[in-house]
Amino acid sequence: MESHIKEQLLNLLENNSRLTNEELAVLLGITEEEVHNEIAALEEAHIICGYHTLINWDKVNDNDVTAMVELRVTPQGGNGYQELAEQIKQYPQVLTLYLMSGAYDFLVVVKGKTLKEISLFVSSKLASINEVQSTTTHFALTKYKELGVNFGSKKSDERMMMTP
Amino acid sequence: MREFLSRKVLDLKPSGIRKFFDVANEIPGVISLGVGEPDFETPYHIREAGIQALQAGKTFYTSNSGLMPLRQAISRYARRKMNLDYDPASQIMVSVGGSEAIDAALRTIINPGDEIIYIEPSFVSYLPCIKMADGIPVPIELKPENNFRLTKEQLEAAITPKTKALFISFPNNPTGAIMEKEDLEALVPVILKHKLLVISDEIYSELTYGKEHVSIASLPGMQDYTIVINGFSKSYAMTGWRLGYALGHPDIIKQMIKVHQFGIMCAPTVSQYAAVEAMENGDNDVLFMRESYNQRRRYLHHELEKMGIPCFLPEGAFYMFPDIREFGMTSEEFALDLLKEEKVAVVPGSAFGDCGEGFVRISYAYSIAELKEALSRIEKYVKKKRGCK
Repeated sequence: MESHIKEQLLNLLENNSRLTNEELAVLLGITEEEVHNEIAALEEAHIICGYHTLINWDKVNDNDVTAMVELRVTPQGGNGYQELAEQIKQYPQVLTLYLMSGAYDFLVVVKGKTLKEISLFVSSKLASINEVQSTTTHFALTKYKELGVNFGSKKSDERMMMTP
Repeated sequence: MREFLSRKVLDLKPSGIRKFFDVANEIPGVISLGVGEPDFETPYHIREAGIQALQAGKTFYTSNSGLMPLRQAISRYARRKMNLDYDPASQIMVSVGGSEAIDAALRTIINPGDEIIYIEPSFVSYLPCIKMADGIPVPIELKPENNFRLTKEQLEAAITPKTKALFISFPNNPTGAIMEKEDLEALVPVILKHKLLVISDEIYSELTYGKEHVSIASLPGMQDYTIVINGFSKSYAMTGWRLGYALGHPDIIKQMIKVHQFGIMCAPTVSQYAAVEAMENGDNDVLFMRESYNQRRRYLHHELEKMGIPCFLPEGAFYMFPDIREFGMTSEEFALDLLKEEKVAVVPGSAFGDCGEGFVRISYAYSIAELKEALSRIEKYVKKKRGCK
């Protein structure tokens, strides 16, 4: 498939994974079969890695805490960072794991029910890893925007209702 | 106080859209498909350039014809897109939207009694502006059978010894029609034979789908005879910034600048600085917006077809012009009825000219989700009307 159609397909799905194959076919001006085959290929290649839904949990309950943990590490051996990453990402509490440039090495986004739960996780599971020199935990206080979506009330259409 | 008012102005018919808007505004919960501007906000880097210009104190008048860096950017753009050279010093005028450039152009070329041929259905301002400039408007009714394109036969039939100019606008509001190179080439011999000027409103030039926009000015022999009108409103989502431009022969632009300088002085300074940023770094934004519109165009047309509503597939702008004659109502009746029954607002085609009767204009400057909701309501309405017959 032409790369710029493939990119449009990915962008559409990324913003709304509930679009049906039929709808995608119409939007892109291609056949349903082409959509089906391309999506299968993208899933196979782990380019499409999931079809998640973005939820603002703060509006559901009070036991949803997010923290960003900075890890400073001294990696062992040639594949040090990779192996450490493999180890850290096994934990279900770890939502996101990036290797970063700058003052620290790993950025770990951790989710838990309470501050205590997260602190315990960081101290008992992350800090205890041999190669981890230090951890710095920042708790998220307010979520304004996530994955390109503004939390809070929907912005209304400010345009005049009818214009020539 | 009416006796103090200009008869010419009093005689102008008020905009059909305004009337409808006043009704629609009173009804809560309306989904309007009647806008004529992009749903995108101006790309942030362009807004930033405007903000920086304000912070830097760029609050004074610019030269009448516009900031030189902007005129130079426009000149480079014309070379790139139209393959034509326009001297920034004498052939470009920056205006308050394409609208002001149109008005200035008409006032610059018309002597009382001159006939101006223009196409219908078209943007509501053309007819009033021609009249206000003391011209005689001569409409050509474009037909769905011709994909709402202008044919040389239609043009030839409308020309009289009094014809001064032909006023075209493609991609077109409200039909979404475009004119391809062959269509324009067919008109050129007629235009040159009768020595007509051409005003070409190309404000939607960046919004064509699958086919490159061709300006009539780029055809052999036409550059001197054409006043090209374009702007930033639709391509860069800068409607509120009020910025456009005219390109033309130095003799014509010089006089247009005279009209512009006495009436306006100069276009907004902040907008001009922002526009320089738009022209230099806005290509990707335009591409993204065009792709989005194209997706919605396909979706809207597909859904209308499914409902069995005949609609010419537009290849430009962001409007669709479906045929609603099967329902036995006038465009206004249909639009009002749809508004009352299902709270969806569309613009009656008759607002764009008498030959727009029997059609409505649907804009797709909306997200897919909003279009989906509006279309499901229209489908309910259509089923109801057909069930009753």
